[in-house]
Amino acid sequence: MFLTNRIKSVLFYISVIGAFISYGFINNSQLKKQKLIINFEHFVGSDALRLDSVLYQNDLGQQFNVSKLRYYVSNISLKQANGKINTYPGYFLIDESQPTSKSIIINNIVPGTYSALNFIIGVDSIHNCSGVQSGALDPANGMFWAWNTGYIFLKLEGHAALSKSTGQIFEYHIGGYRYPNNCIRSIKLNLGEHCKVDPITNNCNINIKTDIAEIFKTPTAIDVSKLSSVTDFKNAGTIADNYSDMFSILNAK
Amino acid sequence: MKRNSIYIFFCSLLLLTVSFTEENPYYIITKKDVRLILPKDFPKPVYDFKNNKISPEGFTLGRRLFYDPILSKDSSTSCASCHQKFAAFAHIDHPLSHGINGLIGTRNVPALQNLIWQDKFMWDGSINHLELQPIAPITNSREMDESLLNVIKKVQDNKDYALLFYKAYKDTVITSERILKSLTQFLGLMISSNSKYDRFIRGEEKFTEDEHRGLTLFRMNCENCHKEPLFTDNSFRNAGISYDTLLNDPGRKSLTGLDSDYMKFKVPSLRNVELTYPYMHDGRFRNLQQVMEHYNTISRQDPNVDKSLVRNMKLTKKDLADLFVFLKTLTDQSFLHDRRFADPFYKL
Repeated sequence: MFLTNRIKSVLFYISVIGAFISYGFINNSQLKKQKLIINFEHFVGSDALRLDSVLYQNDLGQQFNVSKLRYYVSNISLKQANGKINTYPGYFLIDESQPTSKSIIINNIVPGTYSALNFIIGVDSIHNCSGVQSGALDPANGMFWAWNTGYIFLKLEGHAALSKSTGQIFEYHIGGYRYPNNCIRSIKLNLGEHCKVDPITNNCNINIKTDIAEIFKTPTAIDVSKLSSVTDFKNAGTIADNYSDMFSILNAK
Repeated sequence: MKRNSIYIFFCSLLLLTVSFTEENPYYIITKKDVRLILPKDFPKPVYDFKNNKISPEGFTLGRRLFYDPILSKDSSTSCASCHQKFAAFAHIDHPLSHGINGLIGTRNVPALQNLIWQDKFMWDGSINHLELQPIAPITNSREMDESLLNVIKKVQDNKDYALLFYKAYKDTVITSERILKSLTQFLGLMISSNSKYDRFIRGEEKFTEDEHRGLTLFRMNCENCHKEPLFTDNSFRNAGISYDTLLNDPGRKSLTGLDSDYMKFKVPSLRNVELTYPYMHDGRFRNLQQVMEHYNTISRQDPNVDKSLVRNMKLTKKDLADLFVFLKTLTDQSFLHDRRFADPFYKL
């Protein structure tokens, strides 16, 4: 009796292991994992952003140009049409002056239809408290506050004729991960049913429009003659609220 | 005569060997030197070396960086310029920090010791991690005024460092992470736990009657904030000192924006306090007598003062003298003379 029980359990385990192995084979051969590319395209309203050379206007009719635009994108997750959410690790520093930085490549994405893309603008509190880091989070990248530990989530710099700062510059450095100065903003973008990662036709591209004009408006219109420098917590939340709606889906295919 | 010449012969032989040896043994860091020995009665450290394994080579690199002025914009000022070893790594007799071009900062240089037990750094607690702390003085425009990128560039251009990095990391790639982690190895091993007080606690040495009285008075009046064995509870408190309208420094409030943080500064450790004069965040008190007098006569009118200070200590002259004698037992000579932390540029 004892022996047969034992044989039974051994057989059971063998079949379980066997099932796992065969499942793995099917997975590898039939559902080949693919690439998903998220491209950020920078605009001011309907015009493509050109650094330094072009003058733009905010909603108050104030002219400005842009000399620097950098921001962190992290905690990316994708929602499948079936409701399943997959998260993707990694911290990405998007920099207008570095074309390759504007594409985030996610490898080994599970084939399927994706209905929503979520990410945060900035760096989560854990990575603001973890000591020195490398890669996109290397403090030498200049997106780091030394006077008060923490990453700068977004930097927008340029010139505005009405700015009262030296050299008529304006600079918005937005950061802060702690209450009551938490400037981490979550972005949720609906993809409809357009992002299909097909195991045969492979890749999917999500093209995102980042509209710089939004940094100056909704909910708060920014008057550059009054606010030309944001380099600490003061007013940072206002700007962060403004830019939390600057992303939209151009297309996904 | 003959004995003399033999003596001279051996002396010159010794000199020759010293000059031919690559490194003076005084500066050689061995595996034994970088063993992390945690004092028995200390709490669990905040900093974890798990992701920054200490090695003799990493420590040696960190020491070199600590003493190297190329970390500043005009290569004039090193970390050690303000953190002097003989002053328990504070800046003796300087109320406010000094930077490049004779610039004066806004706060008193703190002593460096037992840093792996601190969860926040700077007088206002603005830095949340030991590894990131050195970036603040390096980049501050009134201190070393240099960017991390330039530091990396200058370290790359200096031939000595290729070998130091190779020894520590098995290749010569120079990154801010490696610079800061090796500095942390050096800073993290600065452990002071062998003062007369420590030996008294361990039962290895006796206190005099005055020292005993001083300890009792300390535990009655100071212990609430300067908690043993680290002699700080790592909190931020308003010590009842008046706002300086020239420095305009509201303490932790400048960081949090909260009125409740007005004039709150970090409770500093009192270890080696005898040597770290002047005192307080802006160095306004020249000696410990002035500090004790301040707490003894603190204004009870100020509503912002820390509650634990709002009481009459009623310390007599004799009490203050005994407290002073006790505070001197916190001086740790073996830490102050630890060869591991000596300036490697100053080869004997």
